[in-house]
Amino acid sequence: MHGYSFKLDRITLTALASGLLWWQERRLLCVSDLHLGKSDRIARRGGALLPPYENRETLNRLALAIDALDPLSVICLGDSFDDDAGQNALEPEDHAQLTTLMAGRRWIWLQGNHDPGPVALGGTHMAEFKTGPLVFRHIAQSGAHGEISGHYHPKASLRSKAGRLSRPCFLIDQSRVILPAFGAYTGGLRCCDPVFAPLMSEKALAVLTGSQALPVPMGKAREPQLEA
Amino acid sequence: MNPLPPNFRNWFAARGWHIHPHQQQLLDRAAAPAALLIAPTGGGKTLAGFLPSLIDLSTAPKDGLHTLYVSPLKALAADIRRNLQTPIEALDLPVRVEDRTGDTSQTKRKRQRADPPHILLTTPESLAILLSYPDAPTIFAGLQRVVVDEIHALAESKRGDQLMLCLSRLQALCPDMRRVGLSATVEDPPALGRFLAPHPHPCEIITADPGPAPDITILHSDTPPPWAGAGAVYAVKDVLELVEGANTTLIFINTRAQAEIFFRALWTANDNALPIALHHGSLAREARDKVEAAMVAGSLRAVVCTGTLDLGIDWGDVDLVIQVGAPKNIKRLVQRIGRSNHRYNAPSRAVIVPANRFEVLEAQAALDAVRENTLDGEPRARGPRDVLCQHILLRACAGPFDAVALYQEITQAGPYSDLSRTDFEDCLEFCATGGYALRAYDRWQRLMLNPDGLWQLRDPRSAQSLRMNVGTIVDTETLNVRWRGRGGAPLGEIEEGFAATLSEGDTFLIGGQVVRYEGLREMTVQVTKGRKEPRIATFAGTKFATSTLLSTRVISLLNSGDWSALPEHTRSWLEMQQQVSMLPKLGRMLVESYWRDTRAYTCFYGFAGRNALQTLGLLVTRRMETAGLHPIGFVATDYALLIWGLDAVEDPAALLSPDDLRDGLEGWLANNAVMKRSFRNVATIAGLIVKNLPGKRKTGRQATFSSDILYDTLLKYDPDHLLLQITRAEAMGGLVDFGRIEEMLTRVQGRIDHVKAAHVTPLSAPMLLEVGKVPIYGAAVDRAAAIEAAELMREAGLG
Repeated sequence: MHGYSFKLDRITLTALASGLLWWQERRLLCVSDLHLGKSDRIARRGGALLPPYENRETLNRLALAIDALDPLSVICLGDSFDDDAGQNALEPEDHAQLTTLMAGRRWIWLQGNHDPGPVALGGTHMAEFKTGPLVFRHIAQSGAHGEISGHYHPKASLRSKAGRLSRPCFLIDQSRVILPAFGAYTGGLRCCDPVFAPLMSEKALAVLTGSQALPVPMGKAREPQLEA
Repeated sequence: MNPLPPNFRNWFAARGWHIHPHQQQLLDRAAAPAALLIAPTGGGKTLAGFLPSLIDLSTAPKDGLHTLYVSPLKALAADIRRNLQTPIEALDLPVRVEDRTGDTSQTKRKRQRADPPHILLTTPESLAILLSYPDAPTIFAGLQRVVVDEIHALAESKRGDQLMLCLSRLQALCPDMRRVGLSATVEDPPALGRFLAPHPHPCEIITADPGPAPDITILHSDTPPPWAGAGAVYAVKDVLELVEGANTTLIFINTRAQAEIFFRALWTANDNALPIALHHGSLAREARDKVEAAMVAGSLRAVVCTGTLDLGIDWGDVDLVIQVGAPKNIKRLVQRIGRSNHRYNAPSRAVIVPANRFEVLEAQAALDAVRENTLDGEPRARGPRDVLCQHILLRACAGPFDAVALYQEITQAGPYSDLSRTDFEDCLEFCATGGYALRAYDRWQRLMLNPDGLWQLRDPRSAQSLRMNVGTIVDTETLNVRWRGRGGAPLGEIEEGFAATLSEGDTFLIGGQVVRYEGLREMTVQVTKGRKEPRIATFAGTKFATSTLLSTRVISLLNSGDWSALPEHTRSWLEMQQQVSMLPKLGRMLVESYWRDTRAYTCFYGFAGRNALQTLGLLVTRRMETAGLHPIGFVATDYALLIWGLDAVEDPAALLSPDDLRDGLEGWLANNAVMKRSFRNVATIAGLIVKNLPGKRKTGRQATFSSDILYDTLLKYDPDHLLLQITRAEAMGGLVDFGRIEEMLTRVQGRIDHVKAAHVTPLSAPMLLEVGKVPIYGAAVDRAAAIEAAELMREAGLG
């Protein structure tokens, strides 16, 4: 699996091209913002009837990584479901796939702003999770160290001679990592957004995901995307 | 024959007018279910359309809506309202005329529903919204006539399909309703008649005397035009001289951005301070109103404008039309110059200003075509199903409906007369459940079948969102621009993507002024007066319909050996092309390759029309990707195909081989940008992608994701879904069938002239600035991005 390895508080972590974070030493896999049940929630509220395949797509991608890495622990950094009703909306097939993925390993659901409640699917549900020097939570807190979070759906763009590439990205500096959203139906927030200024240091990197993990200085990846 | 009533006869006589024969003919056919009048601009076309209504309302006054007038432009509705006041006041007719468009206030719109005027002037979108209200039957009760103005322009897009569906709905509400279409010259009047008439009724076609042949010339400036570019700023002095020599001039430019640049250049060189104004669709309504009022008052000598003034606004004094940039389409040129000299019997005067030297050739070819009276145009496709989906959803907003009755109603609309029951059911299924193979939405259907067997909205509140998203024009998201400060006056709008590239202190052009970007406040761009050289605002550009006829004429002109009609600078430009490369030859294909910056360019001169060359672009880039040449993108015009990539093309013959053309093509096409672009339009029109949400605005933040994601997901899990079927049909409509490409490639096999040039060639230069570039999502993007990322890391001392 292609990835970019770096150190956070002396711990070696790998930002995978697929958008997952891997802690090799502990065989711990971390994923953020799955937003399962998103199309169901939109429909329930009288909105558009989007192609109802995003759960399948999201879980298939997650399964690829779990099959390849066989993690001991999986931490979901919150907003795993688009709302608390989302867990009940899973098709039987998707439900079965998720429980298969969970079987035989420690599985932690951290609460997010979309899914504050506990999860009926099993696993452990908590607000945040600390292990060694690292702390995992949904939303980054300023002043924290060794923090791993999600929530913001960061994306970055890079201009090359073949044109502009805009991708979900990791944001990494000496005190924290912010993960990209992993769910199929998720958008992104440009990493030049002012919301990131108090969180990320000037030396922060943006690691673009996709077919390869591409690290660039975050300040150089700020060129906003021109939508086609 | 229906004679004019005495009061009308006296009014005509008092003005020294005689009724035109086509006005009389239309009056005589007032009872026909449908009539189409084809007349040049200035032929009293609008009066002809309204005369039967005015006479009706004069002889038998009654309350309620009598006549509905639909035009493609808001400005046109306002203009017609002004013009109708003249006979109404002179004849003291008991007739109230009002317009209703996106610009009409909420209060007035509400009042109009309760108390409609006798004559309502509107646009297809506003009509669709009106019909979506449950009280539509009351609003339209007693409607006698519908006048569709500029129907030739509406028929060119999905707006026309939507309008015809709405007319079918109206016809069901008002069985006595008669239809009149007013059109400029078209190549196939009976086809337009079938489009308009309620199927299977015939359409009466009335053709007015086309008047004297237009007087069109090409500007021969002492300053030679540049090799490439579309601004035509070189000709500013000449254009000012022409303006000075005429009463009132309309200066047409193809895009809004070019109009801004040209207007600014004119203004800088305008030593005699001629009153010249700018008018385009991205300007604030206040600004447009001001220009229109000044034009009506006769206080302007010229207006620089884009398509917003393209259609029939009746400003009698215009005696000269200047077309900047060669028109891509002859039909458009003829319709445009109808603008000049609205007096019916005087020839229209027009001057074409080519923006670059290739356009000199194109303009010459277009001019020849006009002289020989050859019109071009594509035949209409069947009514598109995305528009039908929107229509079904809006029908549900108006109240419960019976599926069979709706199907019958729809097949009475010309463009949908051959719609199969199955196709209709598929669309209804899409509207109700999403139409997915995975039946996920049984609980949350959009439309439900009620116990009476009628379809209705599951959640009546969704009607509001559906009405907010009416229409078939899929715009790029735009932001309003205002002067900074409390209550700062609006200037217009710019594309959101362009706004995102601005940072404080950047300057850009809008409404002919240089402004300085100060910041974004509540989704409005705040600006102050700017001083430095502007960047150019990017506005949604229109790619013009194309003409294979023109491309054939251009290559014939190149091969004729007789360039005496061309100006000296263009002849020497062609000679230079012969020196650095060669001229394209009939029956062969010239291929040029050269490097520019870090990219390898290859230009294929196919002269086959844009659709064919766009298809060729898809085929050749696939072969380049397979051959590891890392193509990045391409652009096609009517004349040539330009491809750029990371590696040079050495053997064009292999890329153009007609063998195994279709291998692996399906996957390549499915992932192409052309397809994704079509999907975005189709999904927006059919209601899958919501542009406007009640009470809030999408901001491109975390909650929104691109339509490409929906496309990719559907393609992977539900490849036969209705919207993908529509997308394929539509994307292929812009392409050409592969049989014709195979034929073309077989023909040029072994007749390829490959020139490796040292730099850009004269003939290919205009292609570099062409709009409508298609990116290739291939290996080049990843490879170049990796190199770039590594470079940035090294610079930052991190590599």
